[in-house]
Amino acid sequence: MELQGLTYLFVGASFAIYIGIAIWSRARSTNDFYIAGKGVSPVANGMATAADWMSAASFISMAGLIAFLGKDGSVYLMGWTGGYVLLALLLAPYLRKFGKYTVPDFIGTRYYSKTARLVAIVCLIFISFTYVAGQMRGVGIVFSRFLEVDINTGVIIGMLIVFFYAVLGGMKGITYTQVAQYCVLIFAYLVPAIFISLLITNNPIPQLGFGDKISGSSVYLLDKLDQLSIELGFNAYTENTKSNIDIFFITAALMFGTAGLPHVIVRFFTVPKVSDARKSAGYALVFIALLYTTAPAVAAFAKINFIESVQETEYQSAPGWFKNWENIGLIAWKDKNGDGLINYSNGNALEEVKPKYISERGQYGERLVANSPDRSNANEIYIDNDIMVLANPEIAQLPNWVIALVAAGALAAALSTAAGLLLVISASISHDLMKNMLMPNISDKQELFFARCAAAVAIFIAGLFGIYPPGFVAQVVAFAFGLAAATLFPVLFLGIFYKRLNKEGAIAGMLCGLIATSSYISYFKFINPSLNNSDFWFLGISPEGFGFLGMIINFVVALSVSSFYSRPPEDIYQLVDEIRKP
Amino acid sequence: MKLSYWQSNLIILISLLVVWFIVSFGFGIIWSDKLDDFKIGGFKLGFWFSQQGSIYFFVLIIFIYVYLLNELDKKFFSSSSEIDNKEKE
Repeated sequence: MELQGLTYLFVGASFAIYIGIAIWSRARSTNDFYIAGKGVSPVANGMATAADWMSAASFISMAGLIAFLGKDGSVYLMGWTGGYVLLALLLAPYLRKFGKYTVPDFIGTRYYSKTARLVAIVCLIFISFTYVAGQMRGVGIVFSRFLEVDINTGVIIGMLIVFFYAVLGGMKGITYTQVAQYCVLIFAYLVPAIFISLLITNNPIPQLGFGDKISGSSVYLLDKLDQLSIELGFNAYTENTKSNIDIFFITAALMFGTAGLPHVIVRFFTVPKVSDARKSAGYALVFIALLYTTAPAVAAFAKINFIESVQETEYQSAPGWFKNWENIGLIAWKDKNGDGLINYSNGNALEEVKPKYISERGQYGERLVANSPDRSNANEIYIDNDIMVLANPEIAQLPNWVIALVAAGALAAALSTAAGLLLVISASISHDLMKNMLMPNISDKQELFFARCAAAVAIFIAGLFGIYPPGFVAQVVAFAFGLAAATLFPVLFLGIFYKRLNKEGAIAGMLCGLIATSSYISYFKFINPSLNNSDFWFLGISPEGFGFLGMIINFVVALSVSSFYSRPPEDIYQLVDEIRKP
Repeated sequence: MKLSYWQSNLIILISLLVVWFIVSFGFGIIWSDKLDDFKIGGFKLGFWFSQQGSIYFFVLIIFIYVYLLNELDKKFFSSSSEIDNKEKE
């Protein structure tokens, strides 16, 4: 069967499953809509959390990013998994015991203050919208690459699907679709990874394969990769280029940010018991680790394969996938020295980095670009990092159905994350803002109706972000994690572990963390991007890592301000005692 | 001296978080370059911790915590079925 037909079949079948699940599991009360009636088994919740967590970026871009960054890429691997230890040990079981619907719910009740709740709502909405914009764009890109529909049409199809199961099913519908989406995405990630591992190292387990010898030789893959990288003018693949302090701070910001992300925390509200919340975090990390330990292996395989199959080959004899992805627009070749050979090395091939293709072809049949070549280096290839995952099935010469599977997997990753984020946005609006602050007298039925409306509006806004992407999406990802670490994590943690913290301390802490982190990131990303290098950074900490410092500021401010004001009322002490019991 | 449920929980938490810190920030970042002098198979040890090992330890830490806390729950709240029933209401 043709690739196009297979892709439609796989994507269509997976969508039919998601819609079927949504109809079967639709929500009947706010309890169902917000927390799936607390009836989700820990294993199912673990899978749902993993799908919720792993976005289009994890699925498509992470391996390519690691291939490009080498050991520096470890910040993402450790940062996006280590946070689950903090969640399981410090937050999830206690917040589950608290037993309400949302993160602002906990902050508002524990700090007996509507202002605290409002600050939490603002942080939550900002964090979640930043995040969801990227997902919708991801949906559009996958559609346009694999199904050859327009990006905007892709976004609209994605919106309709999410609309259907999020508005109808709420948390209950989302949970069970996410379980299905996890199965699709992990299968789609592992199959090509296993085959490419066999191809390069003869080892069927990618996690072991990339520490193995290259098949048919006695050289270890990573040693070879180090040697090739140095020859081409890059740093050794297995060595850091960033300073240790920056790596430390970025990793910490991502970890504490993960633990403070509302759409991840609420997933643990859906299990029946406190002990299930702990177990569930463990399962979630197992399911996440399956992809996160495979990604660095895929990165190493793809990088070595890329170098070996294109370096100093004639354009005419370059492999078929090279030309396929050049046609799609993820690769460009500019023959700087006119020798007809593809020369790959460190540096940008083109001025303004991204290729602007023109319709003519060059003398070897390559796509020409309008950019002038960057003469400061000898590199002739522009490659989009995403190619490391997307082109894998072709590189490993796998049948067409595997490529179709990767398309369905990438869509599953993007849709599941988008749905989870949209749910926390709608819950914080209908439950925290409407029910708890503006209109306390509405009935459960009315609240459910508002929740559905809020979800619909949120999907619409997210879709607009996908169709008219703000140019800063890539830059603001640091924002989402930095803010989660600097605002929500400290007050959640102290709310459980430090009874004496009063509302004044919590509000001051959140606000200071918010202001410090957002001004530092905005300064270097938007106001003065030309100064964004380590000479100007405070203590050598990049904007990506500043969230950790923001968190420390939050802690210090919260604890000191708290000591000037009176103790929290007696019933808060009892509440915390109650939360601490399993 | 007999420890309360909360005190025992804090001791477990702190010990596991120390391990968490050592395998990631310690072996993966701070001492990573020194560990690179040792190799297991084709992996430099520091590199392995930063891209593989730390993640395996994270999983292990959570499941050890689950086990220890379940034991602790049993010890302090012996009829755990009672907790279950209360939750189901």
